[in-house]
Amino acid sequence: MNEAHGSHHSCHGGPAVQAPPGARKIVLVGNPNVGKSLFFNAFTGLYVDVSNFPGTTVSISSGVMGDDVVLDTPGIYGVSSFNDEETVARDIITEADVVLNVVDAVHLERDLFLTQQLLDMGLPTVVALNMVDEAESRGVSVDVAGLSAQLGVPVVPTVAVSREGFDRVREALDSARVGVSDPVLQDRLLSLLDRVGTKAEALLVLEGDPFIAERHGVEPQGLRDEIYMDRRRRVNDMVAKVVSQRDRSLDLRTRLGHALMRPLTGLPALALVLWVMYEIIGVLVAQTIVGFTEGTIMQGYVEPAIRSVVGSVAGGGVAYELLAGEFGVVTLTITYVLGLLLPLVIGFYLLLSLLEDSGYLPRIAALTDRLMTAIGLNGRAIIPIILGFGCITMATITTRILGNERERRIATALMAFAIPCSAQLGVIVALLAAAGGLGITVAYGGIMFVVFGLIGVGLARYLPGASTDLLIDLPPLRLPRPINVATKTYHKTVMFLREVTVYFAAGALILGVLQVTGLLVAAQDALAPLTESWLHLPREAATAFIMGFVRRDFGAAGLYDLGLSGGGILVALVTITLFVPCIASVLVIMKERGRAFMLFTWVGSVVLAFAVGGILANAISWLSAA
Amino acid sequence: MTLLQAKKNRPVRIIEIPDERARAQCVRFGIGEGTLVDSAETLMAGPVLVRHRNQEICLGRKLACRILVEEDPRGSQGRDPVEGAADGARLARRRGWRLRRRGV
Repeated sequence: MNEAHGSHHSCHGGPAVQAPPGARKIVLVGNPNVGKSLFFNAFTGLYVDVSNFPGTTVSISSGVMGDDVVLDTPGIYGVSSFNDEETVARDIITEADVVLNVVDAVHLERDLFLTQQLLDMGLPTVVALNMVDEAESRGVSVDVAGLSAQLGVPVVPTVAVSREGFDRVREALDSARVGVSDPVLQDRLLSLLDRVGTKAEALLVLEGDPFIAERHGVEPQGLRDEIYMDRRRRVNDMVAKVVSQRDRSLDLRTRLGHALMRPLTGLPALALVLWVMYEIIGVLVAQTIVGFTEGTIMQGYVEPAIRSVVGSVAGGGVAYELLAGEFGVVTLTITYVLGLLLPLVIGFYLLLSLLEDSGYLPRIAALTDRLMTAIGLNGRAIIPIILGFGCITMATITTRILGNERERRIATALMAFAIPCSAQLGVIVALLAAAGGLGITVAYGGIMFVVFGLIGVGLARYLPGASTDLLIDLPPLRLPRPINVATKTYHKTVMFLREVTVYFAAGALILGVLQVTGLLVAAQDALAPLTESWLHLPREAATAFIMGFVRRDFGAAGLYDLGLSGGGILVALVTITLFVPCIASVLVIMKERGRAFMLFTWVGSVVLAFAVGGILANAISWLSAA
Repeated sequence: MTLLQAKKNRPVRIIEIPDERARAQCVRFGIGEGTLVDSAETLMAGPVLVRHRNQEICLGRKLACRILVEEDPRGSQGRDPVEGAADGARLARRRGWRLRRRGV
């Protein structure tokens, strides 16, 4: 079985974050959705550093509390190398001085498995027993002193959303202890210690982690099943002693959660949520707000100002064209990144954080799982695909959540080929409305759906490997906390802009060079015959496709003025939707999936767009002749 | 029978989870071989929803097809929370022996 790439350090011991001498590394560890980030934000304040863990796409946050460094890790159910999140968490955890393990009092049976694994690793630990208020309201009571005695480490009850118990957690960090473990297991660890160095890594070797084993030049031991079952037994034993629950009946929230997963109730709910999302991202942000930031502010004030400055310094000619011309590095980058992307990215991450924190995403995954398996994906892939209707560039990044590279490729290709982003969708909807109607809208939607399905089925069949099965934990539905949503949105937005700006500058430079050398016009002329004879569209439609290379909505917008008939509009829209993704997404696809795959989607989408468009055009003219 | 065939809202005991990765992940969630789960239900046109105490997990159909379960003769009454795991531990020992014999 293929484990996620696990070795981020070429040699052992290159820590993710350097702590100053004498400072303790306090590492926050917990299952997903247990409120870890609330602890992190409260302990470290505003000055937080969010960065990608070396060699991965997983972000980690670090901050300072007094003399100590605090590190947040991705939510995990156990320490090993099943995916990127686990690998990153694993490498930070094994270097921790103190572990602050946040557990959800309602789901102790699940959460204490990770706790017990941390104790088996011999790491000094403090347990924050979070959401004790929610546990109480659900009739779950936990014997805190008993749990502390069983684990052998301090246990502090907390309510993270109102910061209850945080002071006591901070104090308890000084009395973090190595807790109770299984003596037989500890004996086994000791025998490995001289070869592996730390108990934490010795445990991972025993549990068969191939990367840690390779790091120390030892054979991984295949004892995971045995150790896991034994640990599970110890945890169940503990839970039986310290947790009591009065009422096991399904509460309203659980029932609502079920309703969201059942097609009869879940599909209308999903349609409603998608419509609201489209109104916010596709209409409010992509049209109204971007119209103001990109059109009024950037193109109205900022670009002319830059042009006059560049003009007075560099004069005219090639230098001016490259810096501040139509595809000027300075003008285009600033306009796109700040005028266009910034509002979209903020809106996008705001909605994503709301969906994430509410616990709705896993339920959408459950609702759509079976449909997605037909195209070689599982339910989790619905998340990037839905987000793709907002912005393909951003959605491509969220394919990181998928189970393996094969699924990431299928999802990325599907979005690049067949999903129109909100900017393009706005123009498409306007054109469909102008073309007069329901019939043509249904035809367009139907054709795109069929093409989407065929691409998915084709990729699922011919891409090597197998897709993973859905296996997810359903967190309880919760009302998202505004402050948490805002912090998440802020950090993700900053990180996104930091990552893409340089790619934009590079893209603008390439286009600028093409234009200055006259290659852009030459390509326009070269395309024209194809447009006329094959697609049965006017010669000028070629310009729309050339513009489509830059931005999808530019391309669609170029079709406005052509005075097309109903059939012509259908052909043009299908072709432009299937046509290449915008420069920003092409660059992100290259960054995430590699150059070869980027070329595949790019060339593939040109071929596919003209093939499907041409077949459609010829079918329409054949039908109208017959 | 398989998990996919389990009757709606009846407790079932998990007998075998053949996928190594899925088995480990399920144990982390609190469900191991030998665990008596509160209920398993195949959602209409969807995956299988398994409830175990306050925990809910969703498994894709293909995975659920490979997981073997049995209906618990005693129903949900009078079960001992530790007992299931003890059964599981016996199974794990068996599996551990198998793994070692394969020389893994």
